[in-house]
Amino acid sequence: MKINFREISRGIFKENPTFVLFLGLCPTLGVTTSAVNGIAMGLATLFVLILSNVIISMIKNLIPSKIRIPAYIMVIATLVTVLELSMKAYFPSLYEVLGIFIPLIVVNCIILGRAESYASKNSILNSMFDGIGNGLGFTLSLTVIGSIREILGSGKLFGLSIVDKLFDPAMIFILPPGAFITIGVLVAIINKYKQKGSR
Amino acid sequence: MDLGKLIGIIISSILINNFIFSRFLGLCPFMGVSKKIESSLGMGMAVTFVMTLASSVTWIVNRYVLIPNGLEYLQTITFILIIASLVQFVEMATEKFSPNLYKALGVFLPLITTNCAVLGVAIINIKEEYSFVESMASGFAGAVGFTLALVILAGIRERLEYSDVPVSFKGIGIAFITAGILAMAFYGL
Repeated sequence: MKINFREISRGIFKENPTFVLFLGLCPTLGVTTSAVNGIAMGLATLFVLILSNVIISMIKNLIPSKIRIPAYIMVIATLVTVLELSMKAYFPSLYEVLGIFIPLIVVNCIILGRAESYASKNSILNSMFDGIGNGLGFTLSLTVIGSIREILGSGKLFGLSIVDKLFDPAMIFILPPGAFITIGVLVAIINKYKQKGSR
Repeated sequence: MDLGKLIGIIISSILINNFIFSRFLGLCPFMGVSKKIESSLGMGMAVTFVMTLASSVTWIVNRYVLIPNGLEYLQTITFILIIASLVQFVEMATEKFSPNLYKALGVFLPLITTNCAVLGVAIINIKEEYSFVESMASGFAGAVGFTLALVILAGIRERLEYSDVPVSFKGIGIAFITAGILAMAFYGL
């Protein structure tokens, strides 16, 4: 099996779902109060994204094009239910923290977007790599946002205290307004680099 | 029926637990259609309509179909199916009976299926163990809060078009910062 790095890296950098395409914003802002939550949410989405891409790519010729969207949603909803039940059983504390955002993976636009624009047109293997790439891109963004908010908001990273006496953590960054401001500044920084690159 | 609790649910869904600013639900349309006041009002109305309807239908199905048969684990699948067909139905009904309304809301309706606020409110209603009327109130008030947030941001973004924003912040960056400041106001910081 040849690993298709191009398909993988595209989802992580060039077409990063969060910072370039602005998809799946609700969990991006909702659960990233700490780095661990960001990773967990990212991996949960990665799981659903890989499987949904593979399954949809497998059955793409069986679905009449008129009802393809409802069919995709059913596939995704089934996978999310599987994820929900297994998380409840094996990681109850994580399930508590992520709460409503686990069932809401169903309506994460990244997953439906990849199904419609990629998996329905490409081979099973490439769809899998596309799923891995986009899932990792999403996980990476969530982890970055989560880390920044955790450091600024509670002075910790992955639960370890790291900025002890450097500054007083500003609570606002783990509250909802901090989420908007963090991602706004990150987007501006990325834009800055893009402008430099294009000049 | 406890009127006090009902009023509490309505006020908290509109302001304190605002769907956008404190629950982070429905952010994709929030950033996507908040460029003009007109389109954000249209989107808000369509969401209000579907969310109120979805809250009541999902409540009925959950109470009289899922719970008696011990099928609660199928909640996510059932709810998304209900919402998707409801949106389709509303689209067909408005197209047939009120072409004017369809013209105003038509473009927004297909987007609503993947608006997480709709599925979100259905799940919250079940989690909070709301009664039928309370569920409807929470759906309606949640959507009103959503519309309020959308229209306020659209108003600000319309003015931002003409103001001197640093180049890197232009567009979505400044919209996020604005939303952050609005969230502070809603949060009462």
